Amino acid sequence: MSNKPYVREVSKTTWFLNPQQPRYKRYMAREVTCIFIGAYTFLLIVALKRLAEGPDAFQGFLNALHSPLGVLFNLAALVAAVYHSTSWFNVTPQAMPIQRGEEFVPGNIIVGAHYAVWAVVSLIILILGI
Amino acid sequence: MSERQIQLEVLRYDPETDSEPRFQSYAVPCKNEWVVLDALNYVKENLDTTLSYRWSCHMAVCGSCGMMINGEPKLSCKAFIREYSDKIRVEPLANFPIERDLVTVVEDFIAKLTRVKPYLIPKEDKPISAGEFKQTPAELMKYKQYTLCINCMLCYAACPEYALVPDFIGPAAIALAHRYNQDSRDGGRDQRQEVIATDEGVWECSFVGACSEVCPKHVDPAGALQQVKVASTIDWYKEHLMPWVKK
Ligand code: SF4
Ligand code: FES
Repeated sequence: MSNKPYVREVSKTTWFLNPQQPRYKRYMAREVTCIFIGAYTFLLIVALKRLAEGPDAFQGFLNALHSPLGVLFNLAALVAAVYHSTSWFNVTPQAMPIQRGEEFVPGNIIVGAHYAVWAVVSLIILILGI
Repeated sequence: MSERQIQLEVLRYDPETDSEPRFQSYAVPCKNEWVVLDALNYVKENLDTTLSYRWSCHMAVCGSCGMMINGEPKLSCKAFIREYSDKIRVEPLANFPIERDLVTVVEDFIAKLTRVKPYLIPKEDKPISAGEFKQTPAELMKYKQYTLCINCMLCYAACPEYALVPDFIGPAAIALAHRYNQDSRDGGRDQRQEVIATDEGVWECSFVGACSEVCPKHVDPAGALQQVKVASTIDWYKEHLMPWVKK
C-alpha cells in the first residue's frame, strides 16, 4: 500500500442524490412510504380513542376523514402502502427461497402467493366490513 | 472490422505528485468487439505507459478488473464498448481508497473475508480412513450459487451502507459466510454468527439491493443477507421464548 491513499468522501446527507445511481432514489422513495404507513397507524389509534369517547366524538372523526384533506391523506397513504407492499412482495423470493429437492420454487410463485394472501385477507376484511 | 473513435476519460492519481485525482482523456480507436479493458490496454501499450490498473484473466473469472464505468461498478473485461456512447468515463471502484490511478486499496475487504471464516469447519473430526464427507445434489444446490463469487468487490462499490459505515462487513463476505453455513458438511455456523449476526454484520444492511443488481456472477448477495437476517431472528426467538429447544 502506498502511504498516501486517496479517500473519496461520500456525503452523509445527500448520497442518494448521486445522479449515476438512480437505484438509490428508488430505495429512498420506498423508505419514505414508511412515514405514511406510520401516520396511518397513528390515525387508527386516534380512531379507537374517538370511538371510546362515544358516538358524537366518533362521528366527528368520521366527518374529518371525509374532509378534502382527509381524503387526500387517505389517497396518499394508499399509494404509499401499495408501493411499499408490492416492492416488498417482489423481493420475497430473495429473502425466502424455497427449495424442493434439487430445484428452487420459481420466484413468481412465491411472489404470486403473497398477492393471493393479500387478496384473500382484503376480501375477508371487506366482507366483515359490510 | 469496424472501428470507432472513443474518448476514454480516466481518473488518474499519483500519490507521489498529486494532492487529488484528476481526469485524463485519451482518444482510443476501438474495435467493435472490444471491452473497456481492451481500450485501457491500448492506452497502456500505445499512449501512456504510466497508467495503472489491475487485471488478469480477461474473462470475468479472476475478479481483479472491477472499476466504475460511467458511474456503475463493472468488470472492465465484461463491459463492451459497443454498449456505450463515444465518451466513456472510467474511475476506480467507489467506496475504496485510491492507491494509484484505477488501483484501489482492498485490504479492508480481505480482512473482512478472513473474519467470516470462509472454509469448512467440520462438525466433528473424522480420520481420513473414515472416508469422504458425502453430499447429495440437493444439498449442493442449497449453497451452489454463493460459490460463484469471484471477490470482485463490485457489490461493495454499489453499497451505500458500506460507503457510509465502513465497518459494515458487507455483501460478498456475508454471502460467503452464508455459503458455508448452508453446507451440510459444515459445523461452523455458531462461530460465523458471532461475526455476521451483529450490528456491523447483517443488521447494518437495509436491503437497498444494489449489490445484487451489479453482481456479474448473479450471486445475489442481498438475498443471502436477508436469509441470514431471517435465520438470526428465528435463533433469537428460539433462545428467548423457547430456551428448552436446542438449536
Ligand atoms: S458477490 Fe458478486 S459483486 Fe460481490 S464480490 Fe462476489 S461476484 Fe463480485
Ligand atoms: S480481468 Fe479477470 S475478471 Fe476481468
